[in-house]
Amino acid sequence: MSERVNEEKNLPADGTKRAGPQPDGPQPDGTKPDVTSGVTKPGGTSGGAGVKSGSSPVAAAKAEAVLPTLGPMGMLRWAWTQLTSMRTALFLLLMLAVAAVPGSLFPQRPANPSIVTQYIKDNPDYGKILDSLQLYDVYSSAWFSAIYILLFISLIGCVVPRAIAHYKAMRSQPPRTPARLSRLPEYGTLVIPAKAGIPASEAIEDAAALLKKRGYRVDVRDRDGARPSVGAERGFLREVGNLVFHTSLIGVLVSVAIGGLFGYSGQRILVEGDTFVNTLVGYDQFTPGTNFQSSQLQPYSVQLDKFQITFDRESEGKVGQPIDFKADVTTKESPDAPAKKDVLKVNDPLTLGGTSMYLTGNGYAPVVTIRDGAGNVAMQGPVVAKLQGDNYYSSAVIKVPDAKPEQLAFAGFFLPTAFVTDEGVSFSGDPELFNPQLTLNSYYGDLGLDDGAPQNVFELDVKKLTPLNARNLDAGGITLAPGASYTLPDGKGSISFDGVKRYVGVDIHHNPGQLYALIFALLAVAGLVTSLYVNRRRVWVRTGTHDDGRTMVEYGLLARGEDHRLAGEAAAIRRLLAGAWDLEDQGSQSAPSGSADNDRADTSNPGTGTGADTEQDSADHPAADFIQSTAGSSESKKDQ
Amino acid sequence: MLPINETMGQYSELFMLLAAGTYTVAFIAFAWDLAKSSKTLRAVDLKAAELSGADAARVPVAAGVGESSGAVNRADGDVAGPVGRAERPTSSVAGAAAGNAAGVGQTADGTMRYSAERRAPARVAVALTVLGAAIHAAGVITRAIGSGRVPWGNMYEFLTTGAFVAVAVFLLVLVRRDLRFLGTFVVGLAIIMLVAASVAYWTPVGHLVPALQSYWLIIHVSIAVLSSALFTLTFAMSALQLVQSHRQKTIAAGGADKLGFMRLVPSALSLENLSYRINAIAFVGWTFTLMFGAIWAEKAWGRFWGWDTKEVWTFVIWVVYAGYLHARATRGWTGTRAAWLSIVGYLCVVFNFTIVNQFFNGLHSYSGL
Ligand code: HEM
Repeated sequence: MSERVNEEKNLPADGTKRAGPQPDGPQPDGTKPDVTSGVTKPGGTSGGAGVKSGSSPVAAAKAEAVLPTLGPMGMLRWAWTQLTSMRTALFLLLMLAVAAVPGSLFPQRPANPSIVTQYIKDNPDYGKILDSLQLYDVYSSAWFSAIYILLFISLIGCVVPRAIAHYKAMRSQPPRTPARLSRLPEYGTLVIPAKAGIPASEAIEDAAALLKKRGYRVDVRDRDGARPSVGAERGFLREVGNLVFHTSLIGVLVSVAIGGLFGYSGQRILVEGDTFVNTLVGYDQFTPGTNFQSSQLQPYSVQLDKFQITFDRESEGKVGQPIDFKADVTTKESPDAPAKKDVLKVNDPLTLGGTSMYLTGNGYAPVVTIRDGAGNVAMQGPVVAKLQGDNYYSSAVIKVPDAKPEQLAFAGFFLPTAFVTDEGVSFSGDPELFNPQLTLNSYYGDLGLDDGAPQNVFELDVKKLTPLNARNLDAGGITLAPGASYTLPDGKGSISFDGVKRYVGVDIHHNPGQLYALIFALLAVAGLVTSLYVNRRRVWVRTGTHDDGRTMVEYGLLARGEDHRLAGEAAAIRRLLAGAWDLEDQGSQSAPSGSADNDRADTSNPGTGTGADTEQDSADHPAADFIQSTAGSSESKKDQ
Repeated sequence: MLPINETMGQYSELFMLLAAGTYTVAFIAFAWDLAKSSKTLRAVDLKAAELSGADAARVPVAAGVGESSGAVNRADGDVAGPVGRAERPTSSVAGAAAGNAAGVGQTADGTMRYSAERRAPARVAVALTVLGAAIHAAGVITRAIGSGRVPWGNMYEFLTTGAFVAVAVFLLVLVRRDLRFLGTFVVGLAIIMLVAASVAYWTPVGHLVPALQSYWLIIHVSIAVLSSALFTLTFAMSALQLVQSHRQKTIAAGGADKLGFMRLVPSALSLENLSYRINAIAFVGWTFTLMFGAIWAEKAWGRFWGWDTKEVWTFVIWVVYAGYLHARATRGWTGTRAAWLSIVGYLCVVFNFTIVNQFFNGLHSYSGL
């Protein structure tokens, strides 16, 4: 299977298949375990048996074309050969590419479930239909999974037999010397003058040693015969690389699956001063993998000491864009481990207790103190304001369930640098705290928190509440600068804006498959490069003694697979051989002209003219080709 | 973080414009070369046809003489390379002879090596391209100095730097191979990219957003740009391959050769082989792009793969080119079909760069717009 179909084109036209070396793979013709070998043959024999001898060839062909009847096992085998064929692999690959596309066209649930819900709402006519086709969950959809699972089954079905075949090939001897080397894509001759005193047997030993040094595995045949030869082969790593590449892809897939099974991830917002402890309650949001156990969590802790942002003050058009985020943290590996200072930045996660912590968001948290109608402090602390617009224009929601006698709530906006337009619209002019302002409406009533039903902390449902402050009420809205306080109407209490802190959002991930995925990916690349750049080649050299005492040498090269440097290799070997025997070889120019590499294009049509005479006059004694009949001809003279 | 240097930024823009101007002249020279060579070739052709016509005319007269040895066979390529090569003692399978037999109506050498023939306009064009590339390089470098970082952080920079890499890779390949027939395409593309950058995506020198501040930006994006430049070459070659193979078929079937300038282009098979080799390199590069992107995503966002739109398209491209490599080893899929896969792959690259960067929202949305 490793044998390329292309190789056929590489070979000299007809006849080579018979005369040339037989590839030692399981499929001599360079393709998959073909259906033809499994199916047509039995059919051919049974059908052919019925055909009277002497009937017309057309009838025979027709009889052969009749589809054989296959038993259930035969069907299974047929299906398996189909599935593991190169054509199917190609088809599945292209399907995979096409199937991946919709995931970029439609919003995806795993990435953002709320956008999907909104999308379905916005497109009532087809939103639901798309959902039933799993187009919002493309990468876990039945059809996408089917494609890649089939692809990987095909991959396994492809790799295993190939690995076995290659293992055998690596242990066998280089293939026997072809009768006619001149038919190989690269062929050349050398002549050692009689006075050099190098007999054929010695010359073949020299050639073998030389090839061995060049990394070939060699096998000398018929050393003391009239025409000793050496078969040599190298580049087994090519197929090994290919196998490693494909196997590693399976490894990557398995590693990803392991990550999904045993991993987990979660989010947490930390205001300056807050500490995160890695336990289930420490997370604001937690997504366990299928096989997650809470005992997996190591109770390390991370305290956010300070968070700094640098804003761009110099680039044109981008003033105010953040160019650096830096969180100073104090970490503890376990509750009683010593504290350590560390820094968390974008692109630079913290690793602790088998997890990694990433800086994914940030914002301002105005610190407020709220007193209730009784004058007691009902709430004090930072309020995480959610980013809404440019320059940290953020929304703030404050729920005060502890306020008595009535529960209180506030909703409004926080602006780090407040500006108000002529129309009275306020906006933030800068991300930094040049003119911080908190504008709020206030409400009282039952917040509905007492029954324990979970609520979104960033949203306030005002339906059951009574407004106290709002722009359209007599009391107006509340506008506070740091340090200022405001007393609510009707003696409901007061609010003071004490200052501003920053907060960060962090993602915490644990993915046990990730390291393996990386290792397999690296292996895959190594395999890929090896298989693309190692060339598998075969070389044969044959020697013989001419009547006049000269030692005649001929050699031929054959590549398995794409090999544009075969001509270069032929030239190099020629040079080495000539050097070993001290031949004055102007032949280096008789090697394909100056081309260190040639393409299939060039080799696609060899034999035109080359050695035409040898083929004619020595059809019966192919081995005698050069050594016998053409030695001393104009050809070999040119070659000396 | 190095400070911004606006003056350098302005120099850079000036260099970019100058480069675009130089490329435009180079483009004209390349086009001239195509036109002129195709004219010369047609003249040779016509002469040959005349000869054979004369022969043909003589045949009936000298009835019986028949196969006059001097008959010029058009299909065999009278303007072919040295016939003598076929006589070489060592298997002379390399060289133009084979390419000629394979590609009817071919002039260009199948090995895409430089021939002895002088093509003055082509030389001028290459010289101008080198000059343009030098100015362009100055533009890229001053941009880097001006912004104090690698010059690939937004669409403007992807385009200007990408165009430079495409031209540089082309020139590098030119050292070893005569791909001057691709000149109009590559230089034309560079001009389009430079113009688009200046008109539609102009962005002043500036700092990077924190998400991009990573050495992975240097590694991941540079490899992506390099691979894309290689894919650009193979795209052009595959497109030409389709045209050429159609033309070869037409000629072989005795049809008229309407695309004379395609004589300058090597045979479909040679094109296929060279583009396969370049695609193989680019595929390895793209594999690295994908992998390093995943590593970076893990560092920046906490997961190495999340099917973000950009990730999806990078994956699609990878799979399409994997399909291409498979096609080359699958019976019935070499040649034209493989060329189509190479073209589809490149269209995906372009789509990923233009449409996805601008119109698809994802974590990668920092095209600088
Ligand atoms: C997960 C899907 C697959 C991917 C991404 C993939 C990718 C590749 C790539 C990039 C190559 C070229 C590099 C090399 O030779 O190592 C290649 C070669 C090859 N693949 Fe696959 N492959 C996949 C599945 C398969 C399957 C299912 C088969 C078996 C039917 C297969 C059989 C082969 C063979 C025989 C070659 C060698 C072709 C040659 O000699 O150039 N591959 N594959």
